Amino acid sequence: MQPTEVRQIVLDIIADIALDDDVTKIDDSIALRDQLDLDSMDFLDIVMELKKQHKVEVPQEDYPKLATMESCVTYLTPKFQALQ
Amino acid sequence: MREFDAIVIGAGMSGLAAAIRLGMYEKKVCLLEKHTITGGLNSYYSRGKRRLDVGLHALTNYMEKGERGKPLAKLLKQLRLPYDSLELSPQKQSRILFPEKELVFTNDIEFLTEEIAKNFPTQVDGFLKLLTKVREFDEVNLDNEFLPAKDVVRHFIQDEMLLEMIFCPLLIYGSALEDDMDFSQFVIMFKSLYLEGFGRPEGGVRRILNLLEGKLKELGVEIEFKKSVTEILTQNNIVTGVKLESGEVIHAPLVFSSMGLPETLNKVFPAIHHQTPIGRMSFTETLYFFSQKPADMGLNDTIIFANQAPQYAYRRPDSLFQKESAVICLPNNFTHDDQSEGVIRLTHIANYDAWKALEKTEYKAQKENLHNYDFDYLNQLIQRLAPAKNAVQKTDLAFKDLFTPTTVERYTWHLGGCVYGSPEKTRRGLTPIKNLIIIGTDQGFLGIVGAMLSGISMANLYGLQGETV
Repeated sequence: MQPTEVRQIVLDIIADIALDDDVTKIDDSIALRDQLDLDSMDFLDIVMELKKQHKVEVPQEDYPKLATMESCVTYLTPKFQALQ
Repeated sequence: MREFDAIVIGAGMSGLAAAIRLGMYEKKVCLLEKHTITGGLNSYYSRGKRRLDVGLHALTNYMEKGERGKPLAKLLKQLRLPYDSLELSPQKQSRILFPEKELVFTNDIEFLTEEIAKNFPTQVDGFLKLLTKVREFDEVNLDNEFLPAKDVVRHFIQDEMLLEMIFCPLLIYGSALEDDMDFSQFVIMFKSLYLEGFGRPEGGVRRILNLLEGKLKELGVEIEFKKSVTEILTQNNIVTGVKLESGEVIHAPLVFSSMGLPETLNKVFPAIHHQTPIGRMSFTETLYFFSQKPADMGLNDTIIFANQAPQYAYRRPDSLFQKESAVICLPNNFTHDDQSEGVIRLTHIANYDAWKALEKTEYKAQKENLHNYDFDYLNQLIQRLAPAKNAVQKTDLAFKDLFTPTTVERYTWHLGGCVYGSPEKTRRGLTPIKNLIIIGTDQGFLGIVGAMLSGISMANLYGLQGETV
């Protein structure tokens, strides 16, 4: 799986949670928390959605790696590739 | 025998929200409701072709679309509901009406601050400091200790009348304690009423319930109505399931109960003896339907917190209901009026035991007395707020209905018809039984938004993150 596909997966999950936010204008290098109305409860939901939809597990100590879209893609791409 | 990952007792705001969260992450959840409809303490009924709301006067925690970090936004995201689905319209203004002073507030705290500056000029600096204190306080921290709120607020507000006026709406919209409240709950209420404010979902409480029910349907979670839990089953102080009135036993390793803390512990088998006090706060409500709108009568406020006594007594009266104070809710007076008739709801603090003791004919007669009293109360209000307007006549009434603490008990099964639960809260949701979790009013988040957040946060903590207790 390519990084662009992983980005789309994460974007879809975020769009489902932050229903009223415009996710099309996300700057990949800026913390998601600073651009969207996402709090720690929502980040837990992102983790749970990754597990539910894609069987990708993110251990608690790695949560900081989901801070920006860029870091999400860097962190998650090998995990998605390992599934294939 | 049926087996589930979790059982949720009660399809009120907290139970519905908890079941949605569990269902979203593929937990096999069993949602049991004793009544034939959802809502619990915030429900509805039909009489004389009219649909009447109980509980909800207004949705607190008002926010505009796109506002960030607000409890309502948090709730909507957790339940995956778009803001627009609520069709929320903000209040116009509300009024705290005491014998010599009155304060008007809107969903903009600046307005109340100016009212205080005008009516209590020496107190406004203290009020501004109180605002800072409230804004900086982490009221939803589950580890907060009990702190009597009036003691804290007296550091900022020295004028006792102003203090009582500030407390009046906060107490009557959520406090299980008489005359005071826990400071964390004070902050929850202060933020939800004064900093965020009132709104009305189009169609009232049913809009919220329909949204929650729709979500459950999407997730394939069935609400099992007319299912009365008679026993909560345990083994070695660990919950194992529930037994229903029908005799059916349902097993689950995790049970969320919105029945109330004393009510829940009463159902535990083998019985445990736990000294949890039953709440003393219950209410009467008179609902009037007029062909004319409240604005035609000169009433332009959304909610009026009226008190005719020198001091505001937020406590159970010795008589059937407390005559001096009332909350008057005028649901037509939100920015968007979604009702064809004029609706006026008058709520008094009431004494459950006194109502419960009445024989049937006496009960009926006392309801009639309450109606007569409230009709006069309404006209006194019109006279004070709109002296140029004529009094309303009983012949103007298209329909009326009244409910009392015993009505609340009959339809919600909350002991003593108590509306805000036990004065003892269990903020982490814990009980003496492992994996038996309290949600709803006795967990300690207040209001409808609080109730839903309670169901969400307890479901997250114990159902999804697997916190062991």
